[in-house]
Amino acid sequence: MALKQSTSQRVTMSVIAWLVALLIFFPILWMFLTSFKTEADAYAIPPKFLFFHWTTDNYAEVQSRVDYVRHAINSIVLSVGANVAGLLLAIPAAWSMAFAPTKRTKDLLMWMLSTKMMPGAGVFMAIYFLYLRGHLLDSLWGVGFLLMIINLPIIVWMLYTYFKEIPVDILEAARMDGASLRNEIIYVLTPMAVPGIASTMLLSVILSWNEAFWTLNLTNVNAAPLTNMIASFSSPEGDFWALLSAASVLAIAPILIIGWFSQRQLVRGLTFGAVK
Amino acid sequence: MATRQTAAAARTLVAPSVILLFLWMIVPLAMTIYFSLLNYNLLEPDAVRFIGIQNYLDFLSDPDFIGALINTLILVAAVLAITVIGGIFVALLMDQQIYGRNVVRVLVIAPFFVMPTVSALIWKNMLMNPVQGLFAWIARSLGLPAIDWFTNYPMLAVIIIVAWQWLPFASLILLTALQSLDEEQKEAATLDGAKAVSYFFYIVVPHIARAITVVVLIETIFLLNVFAEIRVTTNGGPSTTNIPFRIFELAVNANDVGASAAGGIVAVVLANIVAVFLVRMIGKNLEG
Repeated sequence: MALKQSTSQRVTMSVIAWLVALLIFFPILWMFLTSFKTEADAYAIPPKFLFFHWTTDNYAEVQSRVDYVRHAINSIVLSVGANVAGLLLAIPAAWSMAFAPTKRTKDLLMWMLSTKMMPGAGVFMAIYFLYLRGHLLDSLWGVGFLLMIINLPIIVWMLYTYFKEIPVDILEAARMDGASLRNEIIYVLTPMAVPGIASTMLLSVILSWNEAFWTLNLTNVNAAPLTNMIASFSSPEGDFWALLSAASVLAIAPILIIGWFSQRQLVRGLTFGAVK
Repeated sequence: MATRQTAAAARTLVAPSVILLFLWMIVPLAMTIYFSLLNYNLLEPDAVRFIGIQNYLDFLSDPDFIGALINTLILVAAVLAITVIGGIFVALLMDQQIYGRNVVRVLVIAPFFVMPTVSALIWKNMLMNPVQGLFAWIARSLGLPAIDWFTNYPMLAVIIIVAWQWLPFASLILLTALQSLDEEQKEAATLDGAKAVSYFFYIVVPHIARAITVVVLIETIFLLNVFAEIRVTTNGGPSTTNIPFRIFELAVNANDVGASAAGGIVAVVLANIVAVFLVRMIGKNLEG
């Protein structure tokens, strides 16, 4: 309710908003601080907020204890690979639905959306069984395919809403000039679509990076991404909070940064254009 | 506008996505239905036989299933209530002319980008640990007894963690809806001398009602599937095992393909009840 406000009202509102925001953000801040503590300081009572012996040892330790680099590479390969494959499938599909719609286009879009509603647990047994027989358990190809297919509807939808905003006149002008379908896509459409494609890619990378049903259940060692590395801390030995914090910061930092850049696209992507 | 040639090309371009999604939908589903009708345990591969709907009868009359169903519903309902009410509050705050709004926005949205295993373990250990956790220290400092979250209130603990992850989503969507409430309407309300409360209930709520529905439906689809948070904190147990976790237990721990598949079909049916409403709502929006 942004009614006209006096300065004092504005200050009060700002203070409340900042307090609420800091409260929501606090667990992440606490994790960040703890990652620079010794284990002894991490468990200290009363808790040490800023005045502790700052150390970066935990970050070095993460690599030697849980092999961060291997998990991070798997996360990158899975989320980027699944995305590139998804975009290669989705760009032509979204293009044709946006610019050459037929009577069935709307139904097709709704049907694609409905496949996204299928709960992972619902078909878990079948996939597990198929992967067991096909030797796809704990393989990057196997999990990568799943990440691609579960995000495909979102990618198609987001691209579709972006392509819809491209003025059709320009395409018709290009067709008048005799541009072939291929040239139309490469020279006319793509340059205009790049921002939309980039936003789509960002959101889809975030979703794949954080996906934790299939990655936890279908990977173990070879294809295990960062979600699994963190899960290995669920039955730890000895003091581990500082180490867990450092591992967590390393696991979420890239996506937190990408996420902050793409927060506006998030609304569009996750509501399938139903809230603008 | 589409010529016959472009129409043909269009079909070719859509085909790969459609075929893959179709296979993804139909193959696992058909297999799951088939398995669900079998007595099939991976440990007894010779005892496989057709038993009709027996798995469903077993699954539905199993007290563990009833418990899992109740847990699922509690988790979904509680997280929805917290995130929608909290989300409206946070969105209203962020819609004010506050100082440093962009930074506030960045702080509020952050939890949504944290992977589920990280949120669950950070909350379980560093915040909710009954002895050395931060909450225990705060409670004792205030002269209150420290709460042993995961021993005494495991479901509440899981609810809090999941709600923390989804509050940013609700806030962001509702803020987007609030911001589309145009300035003129806000001005007019001021000129009419509308009181804050009546302004809220007569103008704001109807305006964001649609966004609230979207938040509820989308969150429900994700919340019906909560898994990692339970896996790494309680690893099941009677008070936090939900349907996805129960299906996982039957498949991986008990190797019972048939029972797990029957549970899977039950989960698909539950999700579809929600999906029908959501798809219809989004479809309406597509007309424009």
